[in-house]
Order: sequence, then structure tokens, then C-alpha cells
Amino acid sequence: MSRSDVLVDADWVQDNLDNPEIAIVEVDEDTSAYEKNHIRNAIRIDWTKDLQDPVRRDFIDQEGFEKLLSAKGIANDTLVILYGGNNNWFASYAYWYFKLYGHENVKLLDGGRKKWELDARELVEEVPARPETTYKAKPQNTAIRAFRDDVVAAIGAQNLVDVRSPDEFSGKLLAPAHLPQEQSQRPGHVPTARNIPWSKNANDDGTFKSDDELKELYAEEQVDLAKDTIAYCRIGERSALTWFVLHELLGVENVKNYDGSWTEYGSLVGVPIELGANK
Amino acid sequence: MCGAKAGGPDASTIKPGETTIQGQVTKDGEPVTGYVRLLDSTGEFTAEVPTSATGQFRFYAAEGTWTVRALIPGGTADRTVVVAEKGALAEVAIAV
Repeated sequence: MSRSDVLVDADWVQDNLDNPEIAIVEVDEDTSAYEKNHIRNAIRIDWTKDLQDPVRRDFIDQEGFEKLLSAKGIANDTLVILYGGNNNWFASYAYWYFKLYGHENVKLLDGGRKKWELDARELVEEVPARPETTYKAKPQNTAIRAFRDDVVAAIGAQNLVDVRSPDEFSGKLLAPAHLPQEQSQRPGHVPTARNIPWSKNANDDGTFKSDDELKELYAEEQVDLAKDTIAYCRIGERSALTWFVLHELLGVENVKNYDGSWTEYGSLVGVPIELGANK
Repeated sequence: MCGAKAGGPDASTIKPGETTIQGQVTKDGEPVTGYVRLLDSTGEFTAEVPTSATGQFRFYAAEGTWTVRALIPGGTADRTVVVAEKGALAEVAIAV
């Protein structure tokens, strides 16, 4: 797999804004950002309302995903280009989610909304209409999704990559510093996890670092990529970005994203927790 | 400009008890929109927010020494911020 199979740059998107064969989709942590403005012809997927089950803590099911994509005017063969704020955290999460339900034809806009804005490219308020489709999803591919028992079993046995900031890893903060400090019952990290913050994968403008830089990063941090790997963060969106780097950019097999992440693990009764900085 | 108000968001909207770093990004004396990154004392990325339409930003953090970095089209600028104690408010003005 090469970079061009999974990433497009801003110039490519600019040249394809009116291509009906592609769907440009904004997915933001701040779900109202789209309403302010967005890339021309982009539609919105709301990660809270569209992608989560309204009652249980889980994703919408296969049928729900089919309904969502049909209503959004995305067909099975549509090339989906995802982008968003926060250096593509939630766009990466949506990318992983699309792959979870078997949509292969999906790519990320390198740098996301921030790069687009820093380039001073056009943003519009007009909301496009896409004709409804009949989308067919596949059952979830749990080869890329980790659950809590997988994480407990991985302690000391597999690579656990905690991609949160060092202060969240050590237990000083419970959440990223731009969010209120709430969520899990206990701070800390999963024993034997390596702290490799997601931000080390990206440049200041939000674009991904080169393959060579990324390989060097994981080698320096002593992650043996021949072993199975689970990435986690607080709710699974920053770790989806690291999953994207390992699985999609570097082509590492057997990488899972743990979407329960610290808000689940840090509230479990009886599991081991470690405090303190990376060893 | 010691003692001058830095032009951050209205302090009355801070969540009670939170340790807060906030302020405003300007260029040539005028507010400018862009992004602000919060880096910890080792220079490690901690958080990033888009500014408001008037260049304002806010982080909830912890006591210690931080770097606040503004990114706007065509420019960046860093400021060091020291937050003395838990629950304190640090105001920072960044001119790019």
C-alpha cells in the first residue's frame, strides 16, 4: 500500500471539488464547525449523533450504518474523502469506522481542515444535496477493533501504545487540556503501555510526517512492530490516527484501535493501572 | 503593558475550579483567527484549539510552565506561560 492509496493532499481535493464520483465528508470534534463553513460540496457526519448508538455505549450497527450512508448519498463505490479539525482526529476515527464496516474506497485529506485554513483556501456555508443511495455495509471487521478484555490480555504480551499527551499518561490530567477535566474514574495508563503521543505522527500544520520519520519514531520508542499492537487514547479518536499511521501508512498488520480507551479502562473495577511517566 | 488586559475570553465563563490559560492572538494590533497549540514544559504537544472569530482561545490545564504557540496563515509565534497554582487563570497575549 502506498500513501496515495490512503491520503490525498489539498491540491487534489481542490481539483476534485465538483467530481460527483467522490464524497467529501467533514467530521469534527466540534460538530458545529461545519455550520460555520466547510469545503465546498462537503457533507457532514456528526460523530456523536450519527456514529454512536443513542442508548448503549457502542457504535451504530451494520443496518444503522447502511441507513446513514444511504441517506448521506454515499454508494458502495463512492470514493469518500474525510477531513476534519483537530489534526484529523475525528476524520481518522471516521476512516477507521468506515473500514470497520468494510468501505474500502476511503481516503484522508492530509492536514485536514487546519491545513486547508492555513493555506487560506475557500470555505463556504452552502450545504450540498446528494441523491440518496442504497448502501450495503459488511459485518464489523473486529480484526481492527479492540475490546477491554483484549487490552487486559495484551498487558506484557503485545504492544500497547497510549497516544495521549504525557500528562494524561502519567495521571496529571484526565483529558486533553482544551476539554473539561472529567471522564474516567481513575487517572493513569495500562501497565506496559508505551506513551507515544499522536502528535509525534504529525507536523504542526496537521499533515503526516514522512514514512521514514514515522518508522524511526516507533523504532526509537522500542515498539516491535512484528508483534500485535493495540492503540488507545481517551475515547478512541486520537488512537484512530495512530492506527491510521501504523496500519494504513506503514502497512503494519494486526493493529487494533481500542475505542473504549481510557474512559472505559480507567473506570473498570479491578484492572491494573500504572501512574507516572514513560519508562 | 504590565497589568493590561490581554483580551482573552470572558473569565466569568470559566468552569469553576479549572486551571485556565487563555488569551488572544493579534497581528499588527488586530485580532486574527487561526490555531493555538499548548506545549508542556518539555515542548511536547498537549492540546490545540481553533481561535474564536476574534482570535480568542482557552485551555484547561494544570499548574506549571507551558508554551502557547499561535499558527495563522503565513506565521507562527510562541509565548511562555507560567501557571502558579491549581485553579489559577493565566492570561496571555500573542502578537504574530
